[in-house]
Amino acid sequence: MASEIKAAVYDPLIDNNPITLQVLGVCSALAVTTNMMAALIMSIALTTVAAFSGAIISSIRNHIPSSIRIIVQMTIIASLVIIVDQLLKAYAYDASKQLSVFVGLIITNCIVLGRAEAYAMKNPPGMSFLDGIGNGLGYSLILMVVAFFRELLGTGKLFGHVIIPVANEGGWYIPNGLMLLPPSAFFVIGLLIWLIRSIKKEQVEPADYQIHQVHRTEVL
Amino acid sequence: MTENTKKPGFVGKILDLPNDDPKKTIIVAALLCLVCSILVSISAVMFKPLQIANKEADIKKNILAVTGLLSDNADVNTLFEQFEVKIVDVETGLYSDIDSASYDQYKAAGDPEQSIKLSSEQDIAGIGRRAKLAKVYLLKEGNKTTQVVLPIHGYGLWSTLYGFISFEGDFNTIGGLQFYAHAETPGLGGEVDNPKWRKLWQGKKAFNDQGELKIEVVRGFVDFKVAGAKHQIDGLSGATLTSVGVSNLVRYWLGDHGFGPYLRNMNAEMEK
Repeated sequence: MASEIKAAVYDPLIDNNPITLQVLGVCSALAVTTNMMAALIMSIALTTVAAFSGAIISSIRNHIPSSIRIIVQMTIIASLVIIVDQLLKAYAYDASKQLSVFVGLIITNCIVLGRAEAYAMKNPPGMSFLDGIGNGLGYSLILMVVAFFRELLGTGKLFGHVIIPVANEGGWYIPNGLMLLPPSAFFVIGLLIWLIRSIKKEQVEPADYQIHQVHRTEVL
Repeated sequence: MTENTKKPGFVGKILDLPNDDPKKTIIVAALLCLVCSILVSISAVMFKPLQIANKEADIKKNILAVTGLLSDNADVNTLFEQFEVKIVDVETGLYSDIDSASYDQYKAAGDPEQSIKLSSEQDIAGIGRRAKLAKVYLLKEGNKTTQVVLPIHGYGLWSTLYGFISFEGDFNTIGGLQFYAHAETPGLGGEVDNPKWRKLWQGKKAFNDQGELKIEVVRGFVDFKVAGAKHQIDGLSGATLTSVGVSNLVRYWLGDHGFGPYLRNMNAEMEK
């Protein structure tokens, strides 16, 4: 049991990371990683939603008619997301202003629905809760790493504090404007996937096709 | 269904129905919707007062910031009490008597009765409709107005920017410009929030001596040798379209279809 708990929480961090291995939830990883504060709040929001939706769905899993199960899952997730959004608007107004629609878009985040369908429908509530936490943390880890590079290289700041003084404020660093645009998150995530798969070779997928040796005579 | 012990009564019967039974499907769906809608409604109602307070505090904070009164160690609400809030009829530029506390000009802009449709030549700010009345904030010393804050909004590159512009007592010298809501690209168009750039607006003249509207955001840097430099603001590098949008929206709101008549009235009154 203890090892199961460990696996549920730690596996999604690197070995089964929802972003870098399963390549899910990339859309929001592009959108909210321009600065670390936004990424952190988004991470907390998503982890909360993933954990609680897992627990709730799992606790009624034996009574969800299979014909409407996706809608049931979506309804639960959507309700949780609205509650989180309302909470943020009440207690973290500035952050919620910055995240604007992206908190609402957690509803469509593939990680949350993916875990509900793949894990919570088959496992008890406690484990589903931990699985949600684990996958939320896996998502958060990648978000924070991406946001770290984007904010540092794009504005010379971390969490809004100046780390490298930029040129137009009297420093020496000329910020890379590309880092603030969504494509740069693709590059950073791509490089991360490359890095992780170079270290953990078992994550490398087999090629979909093989290149045959073509003999010259066949072509002619 | 092995883990369910037999439960007597109505609930037990429903729980015992096979999951694919249409009756159970409908009951589960209905119950779920009911529970979820109750939770969502509770959270919406419970947090509403806090959210409204946040929004109002945010607006007040921005009005204070645009006039340079905002400070960390004073309460926003107390500071804000210095302001006199008035409603202006935009077209005539005269004050209107309606209660300022309950009026929301952005809500009014969506109501055909309280707003006018702008023709495409007029609508350089890309706002579509404009409320007939607008809320302005005056800061007075005795009888003399020392600063006036006007609400402005208009389209940038991706989003509508909402903000305030403040004027000094001559209704020509700009005291500050500040946007409190927009969704421009962070780091590029989002630099409209940069204090350094906002500072460039301070002390610029919106109108020339003949009363013509001259203020504009230029591409690149302002050449201080030219005569019009006091009407010009540096464009944001890498954000040409946002800069053009800001230029247009400021020009719209200070122009004849915006607060132009009001500013002229105030100016005339001041010189009397």
